[in-house]
Amino acid sequence: MLRFLLRRVTLILPTFIGVTLASFLLIHAVPGDPIEVRVGEHGIGAERLAMLRHEFGLDQPLWKQFVDYEVQLATGHLGNSTVTHEPVWDEFLTLFPATVELGVCALAFALLIGVPLGVIAAVRRGTAFDYGLMGISVTGASMPIFWWGLMVILIFSVTLGWTPVSGRISDMFYVEPWSGFMLIDSWYSDDQGAVASAFSHLILPTIVLGTIPLATIARMTRSAMLEVLGEDYIRTARAKGLSPSRVVVVHALRNALIPVVTVVGLQVGSLLGGAILTETIFAWPGVGHWLIEAIQRRDYPVLQGGTLLIAVLVMAVNLGVDVTYGFLNPRIRR
Amino acid sequence: MTTKRSLLAAAAMGLIALSASAQAKTLVYCSEGSPENFNPMINTTGTTFNANRPIYNRLVEFKPGTTEVGAGLAEKWDVSADGKEFTFHLRHNAKWHSNKNFTPTRGFNADDVIFSFERQWKDSNPYHKVSGGGYDYFSDMSMPDLLDSITKIDDYTVKFVLKKAQAPFLANLSMDFASIQSKEYADTLTKLGKPELIDQEPIGTGPFEFVTYVRDANIRYKAFPGYFGTKPKIDTLVYSINKDPAVRLAKLRANECQVAFGPLPADIPAIKADKNLVLLSQPGLNIGYLAFNNLKPPFTDVRVRQAINMAIDKKAILDAVYQGSGLPAKNLIPPTMWSYNDKVEDYKYDPAAAKKLLADAGFPDGFETDLWAMPVQRPYNPDARRIGELMQADLAKVGVKAKIVSYEWGEYRKRVQNGEAGMAELGWTGDNGDPDNFFVPLAGCAASRVGGGSASKFCNPEFEALIQKAAEVTDPAERTKLYEQAQVVMHREAPFFLIAHSVVFVPIRANVTGFKMSPLGTFEFTNVDLK
Repeated sequence: MLRFLLRRVTLILPTFIGVTLASFLLIHAVPGDPIEVRVGEHGIGAERLAMLRHEFGLDQPLWKQFVDYEVQLATGHLGNSTVTHEPVWDEFLTLFPATVELGVCALAFALLIGVPLGVIAAVRRGTAFDYGLMGISVTGASMPIFWWGLMVILIFSVTLGWTPVSGRISDMFYVEPWSGFMLIDSWYSDDQGAVASAFSHLILPTIVLGTIPLATIARMTRSAMLEVLGEDYIRTARAKGLSPSRVVVVHALRNALIPVVTVVGLQVGSLLGGAILTETIFAWPGVGHWLIEAIQRRDYPVLQGGTLLIAVLVMAVNLGVDVTYGFLNPRIRR
Repeated sequence: MTTKRSLLAAAAMGLIALSASAQAKTLVYCSEGSPENFNPMINTTGTTFNANRPIYNRLVEFKPGTTEVGAGLAEKWDVSADGKEFTFHLRHNAKWHSNKNFTPTRGFNADDVIFSFERQWKDSNPYHKVSGGGYDYFSDMSMPDLLDSITKIDDYTVKFVLKKAQAPFLANLSMDFASIQSKEYADTLTKLGKPELIDQEPIGTGPFEFVTYVRDANIRYKAFPGYFGTKPKIDTLVYSINKDPAVRLAKLRANECQVAFGPLPADIPAIKADKNLVLLSQPGLNIGYLAFNNLKPPFTDVRVRQAINMAIDKKAILDAVYQGSGLPAKNLIPPTMWSYNDKVEDYKYDPAAAKKLLADAGFPDGFETDLWAMPVQRPYNPDARRIGELMQADLAKVGVKAKIVSYEWGEYRKRVQNGEAGMAELGWTGDNGDPDNFFVPLAGCAASRVGGGSASKFCNPEFEALIQKAAEVTDPAERTKLYEQAQVVMHREAPFFLIAHSVVFVPIRANVTGFKMSPLGTFEFTNVDLK
């Protein structure tokens, strides 16, 4: 087991360097000098431009900038934002809980609805329900998040007035950011109605961000269930005279959930990707929103640091999934 | 009995609390972005300026809804006969806000003025380098070249001495970069070892005190009871940050905010049709133009420049691209600015006359040239590429074959200012409401050098003499006359094809009263109330 773990961890290092190199090159390939892009029609004096370029190390050759960045990373520093001058790490820590809160809710939503739907579709294979559900799930998986987000806002917030349009909590409430998780912080606040407001603000972004994972999980559950339902032990269970619900829930679903767990692990990456768009639409102050702003402002340290931290997170989750799998299935440890 | 009485008392207290909270008024403004920090000296975006407007005051202030300069932290001022010395008499009743780190022991005085300007001006000031330093607007308005000295005469009198007479100086002091910070707060933070907090947890003298800022979510302010001016009518002011204009409008419709920043042009008809909303509009303090490179043939010939002015159908551009959010421009300055010369008559769209003028200039068959279009949307030009295409088609009709050229925005601006283009679309958003701030950077001789801000590279002795004189005399009536003449000269010389002043829209809820749009594009909430 230890060797397996070591092998996985060793693989992380080249991936890590690859990620930093790719993000570095991509960011620098975007046209626009980070200093010039922020200057309007006024222009900027040559002296001040040179001073700022020097301050951010932009006057160095590209390879040198990359090496300097790697060295800086090795000492544990992600640098400071060129816009706010605050450390990238501090900004990430402030904003990350908002993204986690949204991601966890979206995943819970996808699981709580996706798994039962997949099971029902498998049990009623070939019926209108099955076809309908699979049709909807293909649509869901291919839904452009931006369009879908604006649609739900238009329908539920503007037309029906059921949910708030954007943000994490009504602007009427002030909640001291203690844990960074609005549901928890609002619970401890003295303002009545703060929790309800925080909860109602989560509904639409959760649905929008959870739609694609929901569709994926529903399809995966269905196909895994179909496979399991054809197994000999299910026939045996039925032959023993067990109730159909017991056969499905206890005997089939438990085994079918193993591939679903892998899919859930892989969803973390797509949730973070989706969060960038969802957070932008719903003005959700998380890391996705932060990165989009950084692109527009050509804030290189934030972009590089933010991308890196997200990549590390995805790698860590994947490692977690691998290790769990290693525990569950000794065959893949070799 | 006792229980009953205490129950009654509790109920009464509850009612009082309820009515108090019902009376507390909160206004939410849906803003468009996060401020870089809370120091308008360092950051130059409108977003940062608007976030700081409730907090800070300046020595002199623009009168609400105008570009005229009025009293601020200075109640009155004297200008010496040679126009070089400005003596400001400060008000005695301006108080500083307080926060968890700072309780002021004195009100605003001359030390704060000296501190705020020296912070930007002098390397030796201990706060000069705090928050990254870099005082772009202070430099852009030529303050380092202009200022000779700032002296404290007494606690409530400060004298600014300039190296040369400059009438727009007062307008410059009304700009956000000239906001006044507290020296006592700076000293307190130095002792605490946290100087950077001066720009993160701001202390000002303005109508609202800063409460909290949650990045990318909102900024909260509360009315400052010690404010020297008219007390705000609302108790809490919230800037709710939403980058997407569609979402801002949705929030406004849902009454989650009562005033919203710039809507999408496509949403304008729907806003007008909504009974719960009122759409305010005003020509922006800006100009979008096509600059002719006055140093590059054939644009060195005034007849060519005039001919192109007649060859392009301005109305078609306004209809197709601005779609009701543009006002055709005939002068470089917008009509909301003092000294705008309405007597100037714009060139008529007349391709036949244009063709004749071109023939007179020696181009009977037209010529080939380049037409540069910005790759980005700007406040004064919603779609430079599309405008370029429309111009290209019009020019082809008089034989001028224009090739559209574009670069990434930073590169584009740099190359145009280096004089590489033949004709280039560009524009300007005013800073201080003074005509000098349009004429000098866009058409003055100093800006026409290679790399200078002017895209037209226009340098006309007659025009230059007029704008130079207007910058030196202090009498507003005389300045107005000089600028009016300058506009006549500019019309004749035609260094630009002036396209439009874009119209700025602000949608508000119908129950909002007292909100006035500022021609400078700033948002002010001191006089705003909710019905």
